[in-house]
Amino acid sequence: MSLRLRDGGRLIDRSARMAFQFDGRSLTGFAGDTLASALLANDKMLVGRSFKYHRPRGVVASGAEEPNALVNLAQGGTFEPNQRATTTELFDGLTATSQNHWPSLEHDIGAVNSSLARFLPAGFYYKTFIHPRPFWKHIYEPFIRQSAGLGKAPKDRDADRYEHFYYFCDLVVIGGGVAGLQAARVAGEAGAKVLLLEQSAHWGGRAPVDGGEIDGRPAEAWVTDTLAVLEAMPNVTLRSRCMGAGVYDHGYLLAYERLTDHAPQADGPRHRLWRIRTQQIITATGAIERPLSFAGNDIPGVMLASAVRDYVVNYGVAPGQRTVVVTNNDDGYRTAICLKQAGLDVPRILDARETGGGALMEEARALGIRIDCGRAVGKVQGGKRVKSVQVCAQKGSGSALEEVACDAVAMSGGWSPVVHLWSHCGGKLVWDDVQAHFRPDADRPPLGRSGQGFVAVAGAANGALTGAVADADAMARGVVQAIGLKPGKGIAPAETQPEELPIEPVWLMPAQAKTELKAKAWLDYQNDVKVSDVQLAAREGFESVEHTKRYTTLGMATDQGKLSNINGLAILSDALGQPIPQTGTTTFRPPYTPISMGAIAGEARGDIFQPVRETPMYGWNDSNGADWEPVGHWRRPYAYVRSGETVHDAVMREVTNTRENVGLLDASTLGKLIVKGPDAGKFLDMLYTNMMSTLKPGRCRYGLMCTENGFLTDDGVVARIDEDTFLCHTTTGGADRIHAHMEEWLQTEWWDWQVYVANVTEQYAQIGVVGPKARAVLETLGGMDLSAEALPFMAWADGKIGAFDARAYRVSFSGELSYEIAVPASRGQAFWDALLEAGKAHGIMPYGTEALHIMRAEKGFIMIGDETDGTVIPQDLGLNWAISKKKDDYLGKRAQERVHMTDPDRWKLVGLETVDGSVLPDGAYAVAEGTNANGQRNMQGRVTSTYHSPTLGKGIAMGLVKHGPDRMGEVLEFPGTDGTVFKAKIVDPVFYDKDGDKQNV
Amino acid sequence: MKRYSAFAIAREALRHHSGWERAWASPEPKRKYDVIIVGAGGHGLATAYYLGKNFGITNVAVLEKGWLGGGNTGRNTTIIRSNYLQDASAAIYEKSRSLYEDLSQDLNYNVMFSPRGVMMLAQTHHEVRGYQRTAHANALQGVATEYIGPERVKELCPIICIDGPRYPVLGALWQPRGGTARHDAVAWGYARACSAMGMDIIQKCEVTGVRSEGGKVRGVETSKGPIECDKLGVVVAGHSGVLAEMAGFRLPIESVALQALVSEPIKPCMDVVVMANTVHGYMSQSDKGEMVIGGGADGYNNYTQRGSFHHIEETVRALIETFPMISRLKMLRQWGGIVDMTGDRSPILSKTPLEGCFINCGWGTGGFKAIPGSGWGMAQLMATGASPLTAEFSLDRFKEGRFIDESVAAGVAH
Repeated sequence: MSLRLRDGGRLIDRSARMAFQFDGRSLTGFAGDTLASALLANDKMLVGRSFKYHRPRGVVASGAEEPNALVNLAQGGTFEPNQRATTTELFDGLTATSQNHWPSLEHDIGAVNSSLARFLPAGFYYKTFIHPRPFWKHIYEPFIRQSAGLGKAPKDRDADRYEHFYYFCDLVVIGGGVAGLQAARVAGEAGAKVLLLEQSAHWGGRAPVDGGEIDGRPAEAWVTDTLAVLEAMPNVTLRSRCMGAGVYDHGYLLAYERLTDHAPQADGPRHRLWRIRTQQIITATGAIERPLSFAGNDIPGVMLASAVRDYVVNYGVAPGQRTVVVTNNDDGYRTAICLKQAGLDVPRILDARETGGGALMEEARALGIRIDCGRAVGKVQGGKRVKSVQVCAQKGSGSALEEVACDAVAMSGGWSPVVHLWSHCGGKLVWDDVQAHFRPDADRPPLGRSGQGFVAVAGAANGALTGAVADADAMARGVVQAIGLKPGKGIAPAETQPEELPIEPVWLMPAQAKTELKAKAWLDYQNDVKVSDVQLAAREGFESVEHTKRYTTLGMATDQGKLSNINGLAILSDALGQPIPQTGTTTFRPPYTPISMGAIAGEARGDIFQPVRETPMYGWNDSNGADWEPVGHWRRPYAYVRSGETVHDAVMREVTNTRENVGLLDASTLGKLIVKGPDAGKFLDMLYTNMMSTLKPGRCRYGLMCTENGFLTDDGVVARIDEDTFLCHTTTGGADRIHAHMEEWLQTEWWDWQVYVANVTEQYAQIGVVGPKARAVLETLGGMDLSAEALPFMAWADGKIGAFDARAYRVSFSGELSYEIAVPASRGQAFWDALLEAGKAHGIMPYGTEALHIMRAEKGFIMIGDETDGTVIPQDLGLNWAISKKKDDYLGKRAQERVHMTDPDRWKLVGLETVDGSVLPDGAYAVAEGTNANGQRNMQGRVTSTYHSPTLGKGIAMGLVKHGPDRMGEVLEFPGTDGTVFKAKIVDPVFYDKDGDKQNV
Repeated sequence: MKRYSAFAIAREALRHHSGWERAWASPEPKRKYDVIIVGAGGHGLATAYYLGKNFGITNVAVLEKGWLGGGNTGRNTTIIRSNYLQDASAAIYEKSRSLYEDLSQDLNYNVMFSPRGVMMLAQTHHEVRGYQRTAHANALQGVATEYIGPERVKELCPIICIDGPRYPVLGALWQPRGGTARHDAVAWGYARACSAMGMDIIQKCEVTGVRSEGGKVRGVETSKGPIECDKLGVVVAGHSGVLAEMAGFRLPIESVALQALVSEPIKPCMDVVVMANTVHGYMSQSDKGEMVIGGGADGYNNYTQRGSFHHIEETVRALIETFPMISRLKMLRQWGGIVDMTGDRSPILSKTPLEGCFINCGWGTGGFKAIPGSGWGMAQLMATGASPLTAEFSLDRFKEGRFIDESVAAGVAH
């Protein structure tokens, strides 16, 4: 059984007891525990179930590589599935439940899959569940889905908050072990701005557990000293609980800081996402021990040897009372020695190497531990915990030589450098035959924009399993120079460690394991991928490592193959009879370990999901019944709804009142771009289909803009302010897009033209005063002359209206007498108030976007986004009058000359009126006879916008119809989606005041 | 080819699965083939498959630079739908979707087509009108879609927040027979079926040049030597321009990274595919339990299969806004693929200026769903010189201005 030792535990505080719950049972641990160490201290060997076979799973590791010990944490708004117990710091009141079982962890029905495992090999689902067809959707898939998945789905809205943090520095060192500390020190002493990150709460990495001396002092003391030196450096910043998550192009680095996961009651954000730009990165991310592939290596109680000593040394927890150690390298002996020194029983060390190890072996032997060389685990016996191991010869097929009773197995298959961050952005690997692992190939680093490498690797991550500090020292000196600084003269600290003999690669234990053993030798514990599965994949032709991964799901679990990948590809290489480097690895992708979606989104959620752009009258609109409509990042009032009204009622009222009296429109969202410079006219002549350079100062002109493919993309009124200044109005949604469009042309094609563009949309409040009484309202306020003579249609003027500095445009999008008046944004609300007051006697009312739309449709004015959809050219809309014939060129001109654009069969703009006065459905199509070559019903037109017109008392619509303008009076059929067919007559698109008398008064 | 079935699995289980044969052969190239397809992704393999199945052309080699299915076929978010607006698009995507319905049975390989339903949320009035228009068009095109209201959205997908403060859900375009499939299995199933017909799928064989004579294609140069052919099909999304250059013509294509990500697996909580184009993100839940997430393409051209993090951030933001519960899930993995973008965001399936050379590219962000239909049409085009499915997607449409623009229907495709 696993239990808490009487003493020891360098990270725990035995005076601070922490109560927690696991699967509803109340347990206790100590401050400093992880959830995993606390569970082991309470003899919780079984902590979860595997993905596919629902096999019993126990803690196997002690850090980020843990694939088994995943729990549902907390409840309600702080619930989180798939939390690794090994990296969850214990706190008082923690509640966790185990995952993927029914009805309980101990008795899981799904475990029947395990006894059927023989019938469920890798990829079995590709070969079955094929017939009958409907069964996949309705029977097979629901069943598979229910049994898959791990943790539960969160139900509630996240109660926590998150933040983003931006950081810029010369160097980020990732990993706070001895290599990272030394690298940071070298760079810090050279004067670089350094950020040192450590994913756990503790500095020093493995060194304090593994022993050895640095500079003649115990590793832990050296760590403490070095940390003090670094903390004293103003140019060095240290962050623990902060993981380097991903390396991206151009020195962009993502780090993930867990601020309150260990103290949920604390104030502040839960996670902070660091978005870092750095010149150089040193990854000192250490190495991860590999499991050994023997039968039953997944039974709870079988653990990584390094994890076993972590639990003993760091937490004073013994994973077992009698632990068999099995290894193919010297490092495994450290665990045996550690256990023995803690007073625990180590009945055997099984060393797969015929000749055993070096100094550490001698030390273990001296402690009285029996060491069997050339021996292996043939099979681990047990169900939900280890009962014994069968010992066999490593070279054999697994015949048991003896059975050793034990309650834990510590396995060491060698160490694999953590190369993830090196690889994210293209760093290449090289296979190290001596140490049997992939390590970074220093000659092929990820390249920055200068073509030089921007990531370096130090310590064990670089393959320096011994001499990590010296390796980091040398590496950091090189990086310091790459930054352009001079490294100091210090000498690398000397490290003292026992001499080790080489590892002997063992990818399968025993080497000639029988078929039934291979079917019980796990590679990927979480996804239940066994040696036999990888061999099956190879046999079936899934020879690429990517194919094998995808076919077997090897390495696709939440640990992303941290424990399984190297073992799996070694098995694959063996099956293919090719060397491991030829097989290669799968791609390392960010993040290093999973990071919360909450942190990725940061602060942006709910009301501040996106910035709300508010006009100066936003507040007034909001408290006066605005039914909001999102338009880009703006919100515009769709209508101002009064109590007792429906939205439709409000729209009808607003149209009628504007037509009969006077309406007020908050038009501030319209794009306003100042285009200025000696070449401004020439520039606008290229952008608009019309001629703008001939526009006189003081006058306005409606213009159309096309893409280079000829399609109409925006429209608006251009006002010439003076000889070299124009103000271009765009649609609300188009302002930023058109601004960017202008800049793109100016910066990439016409960079020698003297033109500047400024977006002044938000500098003005713009208010439409619209209706037959508009002039009367404005005259009530007094000021500038707004008569038809002084300010004719399509003219503008600056002046005073009442107390306000104003610019008045005589333009109309409604067909009414209309002024659009711009005042400084800061004066917008006051001006709006003044207009309302002045208009009281005239029946003034604000109106929203829908009334605007109806009035423009009544007048046959097109709306970008309704009549246009990216496929429509101005000629389709009868706007030939706005296309200059005098110009040699404008954007879209050549495109519009192509055969399809000049095709007489193109659908053209018309008005549509239902025969019975009803409203045509939005987006309905007019059908023609017959079907096309693909069996689709032929169409001959469509509705582009459709409304009930209160002015005309009937449904009106605009549409595009084949040969439409030549077919006036013809009735078309528009099928609805519910079986009804609407009949509508083709009419002139101008429904109201065809001669324009009303706007021109 | 030995048929796959539950019985076959049981039989093999008794002998420890020692009797399974290779899913596809791994031959050395012959000197000459009737047809060479460059690119053993979904589209290339499907083209080869339908050449054999529909036209009896089986002297075919499919050449692949890397491993089959390793491009965008193996790195997309597996959404299948055909609710397109324009006739030509609706025709080829609906053909494709209908082929997916029977693909497992046709290939004797379970591609796990799951017609769980796809909904595209309308969150602005503009989108409402756009999707109502699409629903009208689809009705006439023979594509079963329906415009539904917010209550029905919530009923179909309870984890959606329909009353978010910024973009409340106003409705959705719902295609009940849209869904997902297992992407790798599509490539593997086609590869196995092609191999069984005697076609040669040659992996790790990079095409380095195109041989022609008198304006007619003669074969290709490869890393495994020259190979002759009468007809050449270039189906290499992400590198189409490179191959076109070898064949002596240029394409109106830009290559950009499209990214995707998955969460850690959780128990089933979402039975449909949801696309939210106003906020830019889409999500479904795989049979393993991962939430599979995608968004818009990166804004600059590149070939790295990586992409920038800020796109991931935008996408995740959008989806937390739409599905607040995912805030407490974790991103397990992010990745990128290189997609071909044409000027009108529609594909090219066409003859080329080089006689006998055909091209299939430009699927942009939406190629996976089109694999069977694209292969079907491309095979017909290559075998007979014309196909109604591909006619509108010819290269000369860019010269003629005959664009097939879907932008009104989908801000993001896929």
